[in-house]
Amino acid sequence: MSHSTVPRGRAEAKTTPTTPAPGAAGSGGANGKAHARSGRLGFRLRFRRDRTLLLMTLPAVLLVLVFNYVPILGNIVAFQDYDPYLSDNGVVAMFQSPWVGLDQFERVFADSEFWHAVQNTFVLFFLQLVLYFPVPVLLALLINSVIRPRVRAVAQAIVYLPHFFSWVLVVTVFQQIFGGAGIIAQTLADHGYTGFDVMTDPGAFKYLVTVQTVWKDAGWGIIVFLAALSSVSHDLYEAAAMDGAGRWRRMWHITLPALRPVIALLLVLRVGDALTVGFEQLLLQRQAVGVEASEVLDTYVWWNGIRNQDFSYAAAAGLVKGLVGLTLVLVANKVAHLMGEQGVYKK
Amino acid sequence: MTAVIDRPVRKPRWWQAPPRPVWEEEPGRAGLAAKGIVLGFACFAILFPLWIVVVTSLSSKKTIDEAGGLVVIPQDITFIAYQELLGGGQVQRAALVSVGVTVAGTLFSMAVSVLCAYGLSRSGSLGHRWILMTLLATMFFGAGLIPTYLLVQALGLTDTYLALILPSAVSVFNILVLRGFFMGISQELIDSARIDGAGDWRILWRIVMPLSRAVLAVIALFYAVGYWSAWFNASIYLTDQDMMPLQNVMIQLVQKQERPVGLATQINTGGLSALAVQMAVMVLALLPVAVLSPFVQRHFKKGMLTGAVKG
Repeated sequence: MSHSTVPRGRAEAKTTPTTPAPGAAGSGGANGKAHARSGRLGFRLRFRRDRTLLLMTLPAVLLVLVFNYVPILGNIVAFQDYDPYLSDNGVVAMFQSPWVGLDQFERVFADSEFWHAVQNTFVLFFLQLVLYFPVPVLLALLINSVIRPRVRAVAQAIVYLPHFFSWVLVVTVFQQIFGGAGIIAQTLADHGYTGFDVMTDPGAFKYLVTVQTVWKDAGWGIIVFLAALSSVSHDLYEAAAMDGAGRWRRMWHITLPALRPVIALLLVLRVGDALTVGFEQLLLQRQAVGVEASEVLDTYVWWNGIRNQDFSYAAAAGLVKGLVGLTLVLVANKVAHLMGEQGVYKK
Repeated sequence: MTAVIDRPVRKPRWWQAPPRPVWEEEPGRAGLAAKGIVLGFACFAILFPLWIVVVTSLSSKKTIDEAGGLVVIPQDITFIAYQELLGGGQVQRAALVSVGVTVAGTLFSMAVSVLCAYGLSRSGSLGHRWILMTLLATMFFGAGLIPTYLLVQALGLTDTYLALILPSAVSVFNILVLRGFFMGISQELIDSARIDGAGDWRILWRIVMPLSRAVLAVIALFYAVGYWSAWFNASIYLTDQDMMPLQNVMIQLVQKQERPVGLATQINTGGLSALAVQMAVMVLALLPVAVLSPFVQRHFKKGMLTGAVKG
């Protein structure tokens, strides 16, 4: 490792005569002049100077190009009647498959099951927005008000925990508690009530899914809010108290405004991601509760594409989902800007 | 004011609350009680299910039969279910696969992410904006499940462990968190190392990484949890049952109520309950995560914050 660094340092000193100190060569300049590096030097010199850095980013960039960008091109199968059996290699088959224009999309839009999945997706999204979204905010306010460090650390450790469990585990735990053979059903059966099984009840399913999400991730969600709360200046509270503001007024006029940007940001992210509502979670419970209640866009694409091998049709449905999702992010971010918040990215 | 100065400042014991700021009211009894109840309920709702899973996995068949299912109060603790599971057969194999994929995947992901984050952390370097944009864009749109699946197939990764690692090896969010942290490291330190003749590799290895232990631990945990919890890639890219990781075996055993291969004969004939075996599998799946995460807990906030602010 050190072998390659030393000659490079020397080459740098020779090839970058415009740079005043050797220390400025690989850095942003000592005096916080971030632009000192760029500009003056030509592309060749800059490449020579930064080639190690570029080399370092290469593996990650390659992985992202191969596994995130190349598949985007693969979406052409949505405009084909893709037949994987035309060739041993899926990519070769892609070039041999006939083009059908927008036929696959017409099929998708004509399918009532697709619209049913869309409907389920939105129902789950709104339910999570109303029932899940406020929980981390309230929990963060509560934990923030605990001033004993030990109690606070223990409470945090406990509420963070489920975030690190897999969905398989979470769904299984819920099955053991709320399922037909679960502990609640047994307790009820002992007292003469039989037939309790929330896990396979299509009507209760959307609430069950929301409760699972709260159980798993509400605790983890408090982190950003706690961070925002810890950055609020105590002077504000003190000044407000001097002016006679009680506990609740301080919360209303200082604490909540401090959380506003974070809440807006997370809302934007959530709305932008509205069409993705717990893929793994729903896939795992698809069989138990039935397709009618649990099918959302993601599981619909999975079922048609990977289980039924109707790749072109599923890719078309997935593409519709992706485009609508992208639009939602952009619109939500625009709305955030109009509201005077920063949103996900700057203007 | 003088009274405040005269009073000796004493560090409160852990059961005593630290002094509140002068302007803040002491909470009333009712308020304290309400807080305690809500927080207590939240902790109970999280810990109770885990408790009965662990206790049932440690119970004998007799205890489980008497309880008619899950056991709440532990009696005659036995490790027979674990002995059976880890004495060979499908579950042991799956656990080893999971450990292997998690360790290899985490090391690979960390190497790639740390390098990339450092490469992008020197402000003004050639092309770092373009590369950053390329990575960031993937947070806004995904290619979709079907094209990704076709690509993995075309690359010949199906039925190899690489299919469990490569497609999800890089998390752009984690790179941003690392980059944010690396950018916060004092520039003077890096400059002086450079004057002493250190190149980028040496600076990363000798200065930047030792200074970022906390955030490295957090990110490593995130990656490890990702690999440990993953089951979907295995379910679509692997067909060989012997290659399945623990989570997928758990789906078969507990959700679909199948019997573990090689164990079917002992269960329910001897002192071994099928339920205890299922619960033991769950404990195996949750144990590493539950043990590791509290250790890096205090760094979570810092890590998440740098990622959110600088990203």
